[in-house]
Amino acid sequence: MAKLKLGVYWAATCGGCDVSILDTHERVLEIVEAADIHFWPCATDFKVKDVEAMDDGFLDVTLFNGAIRNSENEHMARLLRRKTKVMVAYGSCSAFGGIPSLANFTTREAILKKAYETTDSTVNPEGVRPQTSTEVEEGNLTLPRFYDHVYKLSDIVPVEYIIPGCPPPSDLLMTAVEAIVSGNLPPPGSTIAGKKTLCDECPLEKSDHPKISTFKRRFEVIPDGKTCFLEQGLVCMGPATRSGCGNACINANMPCRGCFGPAEGVKDQGAKMLSALASIVEFDDEDQARDLLAELADPAGTFYRFGASDGLLSPKYKQGSEEEAKAEGAKVS
Amino acid sequence: MYEPKIICFYCKWCTYTGADLAGTSRMKYVPNGVVIKAMCSSRVDPQHILDAFSKGADGVLIGGCHPGDCHYVTGNQLTYKRIEMLKRILPEFGVDPKRLRLEWISAAEGRKLVNVMNEFTDDLKELGPARQAVAEEV
Repeated sequence: MAKLKLGVYWAATCGGCDVSILDTHERVLEIVEAADIHFWPCATDFKVKDVEAMDDGFLDVTLFNGAIRNSENEHMARLLRRKTKVMVAYGSCSAFGGIPSLANFTTREAILKKAYETTDSTVNPEGVRPQTSTEVEEGNLTLPRFYDHVYKLSDIVPVEYIIPGCPPPSDLLMTAVEAIVSGNLPPPGSTIAGKKTLCDECPLEKSDHPKISTFKRRFEVIPDGKTCFLEQGLVCMGPATRSGCGNACINANMPCRGCFGPAEGVKDQGAKMLSALASIVEFDDEDQARDLLAELADPAGTFYRFGASDGLLSPKYKQGSEEEAKAEGAKVS
Repeated sequence: MYEPKIICFYCKWCTYTGADLAGTSRMKYVPNGVVIKAMCSSRVDPQHILDAFSKGADGVLIGGCHPGDCHYVTGNQLTYKRIEMLKRILPEFGVDPKRLRLEWISAAEGRKLVNVMNEFTDDLKELGPARQAVAEEV
């Protein structure tokens, strides 16, 4: 059998997903045995022009990690989509928006203002901001346009498979590689992970009718390591998060943060978590319940920590809208 | 003239019967609501509410039994806690929490239902269309 042609790309991401591929340790040899890497900016020296020179559909699989944050991310997503037979959204950022998508709770203007003007370490009295195009003696310098919102990969291009996680555990990658090599692939649109929620696999002890009477944060307590985190007052995303991570956080005595996204068939992870949490918050009367819920810090950021591009109310990508904004942005930014 | 579209989730036992009473008593009120009957106000998943907003609803009204009167004993307590939390999340997505309203309306309170709908519609007219508000926000 001919070797698979593999591409790996990073968009708005931290680079942890690339490291997770190397985290397969000696099994990376199995990957290299089965596949030739044709593009991987983090680890190899192929350039964008090499990708542009490929025939359409040349790559068999592309592992695309990172959200779509700027015009370069979008351009590369579209380019790689054309060159790839099977597009895999690899990691929470490309699957659900990930940590970068928390920017959807604020505005582009507020982000740029914070980063270039108001942080304590910034000295920028003239309010200089990066420009998408700058004329210098040597010629014209360009930068990608910073979008108003953060999108997940499937908002921009069709995606065949999702491998979630922040970063995805290496055994899920190996499962995917084995599936691709053997041709025994799940139906397109599948998520390569568990189907149920993390609670379903969690080894901690749970009572039948848990109650929360106070909210605590992880730095305030040391969990006992035996009882369900929720019963100890810590928000654990287990009830609303897909299983398949191998309980990595739970085993390290940390509550789940929700990086695997919603379970099968669920549209909105945050709404499901909100529902689950509401059902176990103690209720004596309306005032008491309201006060207790007010103690919960940053509910949106907690429930949508990895999925603020994936919720029902998340910004919807409209063809051309960012391009128009680009024309506008060129004037103001 | 802008007419807000309100999605109303009514519990079968109290609010829906209250709405029936308003109808059979021939009380006149605004026609802005689209009513969806649910077995209990707690049957309304937060996903249903978010879905309504994402598809262009200007307001969502949840009607349930008075505390202590729930047909399923504690269903409306769940609803209350969910709605309280949802109201903290909606502004992060650019939706004014005033667009989500929870009311306890019993089967005998047809008049209250009429007043709530009239009042809510007026409030929403003041807020303006939801989509436009979202577009301006972001």
